[in-house]
Amino acid sequence: MLREVDRDVSQTKQVKQLDRVIIRFAGDSGDGMQLTGDRFTQESAVFGNDLVTLPNFPAEIRAPQGTLPGVSSFQIHFADHDILTAGDRPDVLVAMNPAALKANLGDLPKGAAIIVDTADFTKRNLDKAGYDTNPLDQLGEVNDPLADFQVHPVDLTGITVEAVKEWGLSRKDASRAKNMFALGLLSWMYGRPTEPTVKFLEKKFSKVPDILGANLAAFKAGWNFGETTETFVVQYEIKPAKMNAGTYRNITGNLALSYGLVAAGVRSGLPVFLGSYPITPASDILHELSRHKSFGVTTLQAEDEIAGVGAAIGASFAGHLGVTTTSGPGIALKGEAIGLAVMTELPLVVINVQRGGPSTGLPTKTEQSDLLQAMYGRNGEAPIPIVAPQSPGDCFAAAVEAARIAVTYRTPVMLLSDGYLANGSEPWAIPSIDDLPAIDPNFATAPNHTSKKSADGEPDEFWPYLRNEETLARPWAIPGTAGLEHRIGGLEKGEGHGNISYDSVNHDRMVRIRQEKIKRIADSLPPLEIDDPSGEAKVLVIGWGSTYGPIGAACRRVRRAGYNVAQVHLRHLNPFPNDLGAILKSYDKVLVPEMNLGQLSKMLRAEYLVDAIGYNHVYGLPLKAAELAEAVGALVGEAEGKGVDLGEHGLNPPADHEEAPLS
Amino acid sequence: MTTIDLPLPGARTGTELIPAVDEGVTQTAKEFTSDQEVRWCPGCGDYAVLKAVQGFLPDLGLRRENIVFVSGIGCSSRFPYYLDTYGMHSIHGRAPSIATGIATAREDLSVWVVTGDGDALSIGGNHLIHALRRNVNMTILLFNNRIYGLTKGQYSPTSEVGKVTKSTPVGSVDHPFNPVSLALGAEASFVARTIDSDRKHLTAVLAAAAAHRGTSFVEIYQNCPIFNDGAFDAIKGMGDHKGEKDYAVIPLDHGQPITFGVRDEAGLGDKALVRSASGHIEVVDTADISTDQILVHDAHDPDPSTAFAISRLTAADYLNRSPIGIFRQVERPTYDDQARAQVSDAVAKVTGTAEDRLTALINAGDTWTIA
Ligand code: SF4
Repeated sequence: MLREVDRDVSQTKQVKQLDRVIIRFAGDSGDGMQLTGDRFTQESAVFGNDLVTLPNFPAEIRAPQGTLPGVSSFQIHFADHDILTAGDRPDVLVAMNPAALKANLGDLPKGAAIIVDTADFTKRNLDKAGYDTNPLDQLGEVNDPLADFQVHPVDLTGITVEAVKEWGLSRKDASRAKNMFALGLLSWMYGRPTEPTVKFLEKKFSKVPDILGANLAAFKAGWNFGETTETFVVQYEIKPAKMNAGTYRNITGNLALSYGLVAAGVRSGLPVFLGSYPITPASDILHELSRHKSFGVTTLQAEDEIAGVGAAIGASFAGHLGVTTTSGPGIALKGEAIGLAVMTELPLVVINVQRGGPSTGLPTKTEQSDLLQAMYGRNGEAPIPIVAPQSPGDCFAAAVEAARIAVTYRTPVMLLSDGYLANGSEPWAIPSIDDLPAIDPNFATAPNHTSKKSADGEPDEFWPYLRNEETLARPWAIPGTAGLEHRIGGLEKGEGHGNISYDSVNHDRMVRIRQEKIKRIADSLPPLEIDDPSGEAKVLVIGWGSTYGPIGAACRRVRRAGYNVAQVHLRHLNPFPNDLGAILKSYDKVLVPEMNLGQLSKMLRAEYLVDAIGYNHVYGLPLKAAELAEAVGALVGEAEGKGVDLGEHGLNPPADHEEAPLS
Repeated sequence: MTTIDLPLPGARTGTELIPAVDEGVTQTAKEFTSDQEVRWCPGCGDYAVLKAVQGFLPDLGLRRENIVFVSGIGCSSRFPYYLDTYGMHSIHGRAPSIATGIATAREDLSVWVVTGDGDALSIGGNHLIHALRRNVNMTILLFNNRIYGLTKGQYSPTSEVGKVTKSTPVGSVDHPFNPVSLALGAEASFVARTIDSDRKHLTAVLAAAAAHRGTSFVEIYQNCPIFNDGAFDAIKGMGDHKGEKDYAVIPLDHGQPITFGVRDEAGLGDKALVRSASGHIEVVDTADISTDQILVHDAHDPDPSTAFAISRLTAADYLNRSPIGIFRQVERPTYDDQARAQVSDAVAKVTGTAEDRLTALINAGDTWTIA
């Protein structure tokens, strides 16, 4: 009987086509929102949508339950076309408790859908979230605070507990499966494939059959709830995106970066040696690399940040690829040791997964405020190359590039990732190993200098600071190589022979040589890519690192509104590419959006004497594309001497919440 | 949390995995001497230690290119420049961490750290204790002159309370470390103390330290004639302290009863160490006790508490009494052996080229292909 009714209901469902959707899952830190978001992401990836994700969680492992600071969220933007950001404003909010509703409501556009777990809207939880009255009690009334939204109150907890009854769990344990119920419901709503999640749960809970059973039951119950009840009448379809040919996987920045380091080891033939001290948001790289011993990777969890980089420098001296991973506060501690690597000219990859600063700052939030620290955060003239990935998947290539520069030029290299790249994810076109740059350690094996004592005029001495004429790199002679015994250290080196020298002329020369060596790295870089479809733009928007997505999305908005704008994104911050100066000078106005108070813009002004205009936000979150588009639009108006109205492509209602397809 | 019983690499000596010179080849001190001019002050104790090390290294029988000296900052840290081996003069206090990287990366290197009381115990204290705790296969030579020399005469973490220096014109109120006690507290597997001027003893301790697998910690009393002259005069029986040496030095020899002072025909000193009724270690007149009551030195005792108690006999102020020798030498798995074993075991378990395995790694998990 029941089944027949079910079928009737399901027949009333309509299917609507959408080109993109932004969903935010929000709940208590303990509610499993990151896992839920992650699973939904995998399903969407396998389905073939383009996607970008943005996890956002508190620094506390278990912040006080039910409170606003304890809210953890995961946003996914998925589409049937190429997209660049996780989206400014969610179309759908799943709120597991009153705090999650309150904390996220301000980000929702009018008309957004809200699915709430009514079970958690108790007096206690409402109090904790600071609600005087239950907003759900006022739905449809004159003073309904949620009148602008389509609210779907569902007793997620109650139905979940009922659905998993047969597994005999306590109410508390049973209710923990409610995130899987929510996932099942959303999976139905957006026609996601369920297979990956079923497989995932089977693997994760293979040793605890009752927990597995409960999670599977909750997941299926969620799906069935969508399909069979009248609460939801519309199912949405977002077709797979047209993407370039290739094999894809969804990947976070920290994972891609870890794989990139493994790849750098394989491409160079050098064993990777990571010296690291745990710190948010970089620790995942230490965790991941510790699992890849079969690639000859050694990980040493050091006693502190300084020992982490110290061990990496020691390993480099011994002929390994020394790597150290940290976040801004750790870089502050490693500064002196990085200076030692500058002076000893040893390869070293230093990874800074930037977070909000200064001091302890915002450990779990993103920021780009360590660029000047990377440039200048050491005593003396201590230049180091800086590379930055532009998206989560790009962390792989950036890590390989950092290692290429470090090994080729015998220098510490700073890679600037950030909290958004680290934890955010996107589909990644898996590269072929053969396409990665070759990295040649080119160890010194024989004497390179002919002394007066040489009997046959052949080199009979090893000079550790005799340089390659083209790259200015010094020879890397590793212990165990007979005849090349030498001493290096932090004191100034005499040019060539490398013995201690306090000579003033020599010092001036060595400072300049070290600077020139870094500058010459630019000769190995490809020309910058300029995205200027019309070729008529007067305004250039230039950025670095994780702002690539929001800047790209903002430029697309401006172009869709009918205006011209060009975009350039920098992978190399030091040295700047050789063609950058000419490019900057060929535009009337240059805008530099950054998640800091203007660090790249300061560098561009200093280097090229251009009037780089800053666009700066430090909210601990990625830049918002629509707001940025308005700023770009205003500048286009100034440059072209005309009024600019972005209409729905900017902030004006009905706002376009995300990047629509360009054509 | 799960713990795993790790397989222990078999007992090894400190130099077992390091290539030796070819048979019949003998090396000389000259070969180990670099062409750099030595620049310590005249009369500095560092000269004696350098000579002893240059004289000792050829006897070690290891290939010169497989020896690495790492130092921090301070007078003694110039040491690597004067040896024709591989070397790094690094930054203040960090030599143990750099040496840890070298020793963990390469099993075929003999790794030495040269450091001082300021370098190792003040700015680098954290790295020192963690190196000792990890038991990485290397030898740490701590030159203790109880003063800052390179920065021209401030008190150090081993200077006595009340010491008048440039930075403590009315006397230091800083309580000093006893480096041997500190090393024992950090569970070092090899702890010794020796004296710059006693080349024979110094060389014997270096040989034992090099042969030990794990971190060997050697405190060397080193005179700084410029800023702390005579700090060890009692121990050396020099200056105003001629004849005090017998009572100032408590020699430690494994398996031997611990006595000092004026020796009888059987070699027993007129002072002896005994364990008191309360369990403490005390100095008594040998004449007052029977010989079987004398504490017999057991450097191999797995429990470090007796060695610690002996280390506490060191006078903290003017150094007129100090145990000298190997306090402790025990077998303990080394960090580097175990870390390398985890890597090599993992490598042994896989087949195929690194490129193929990398391709498999990055293609693992949920993937999709677009034609
Ligand atoms: S200052 Fe003292 S320790 Fe330093 S070199 Fe001179 S005598 Fe030696």
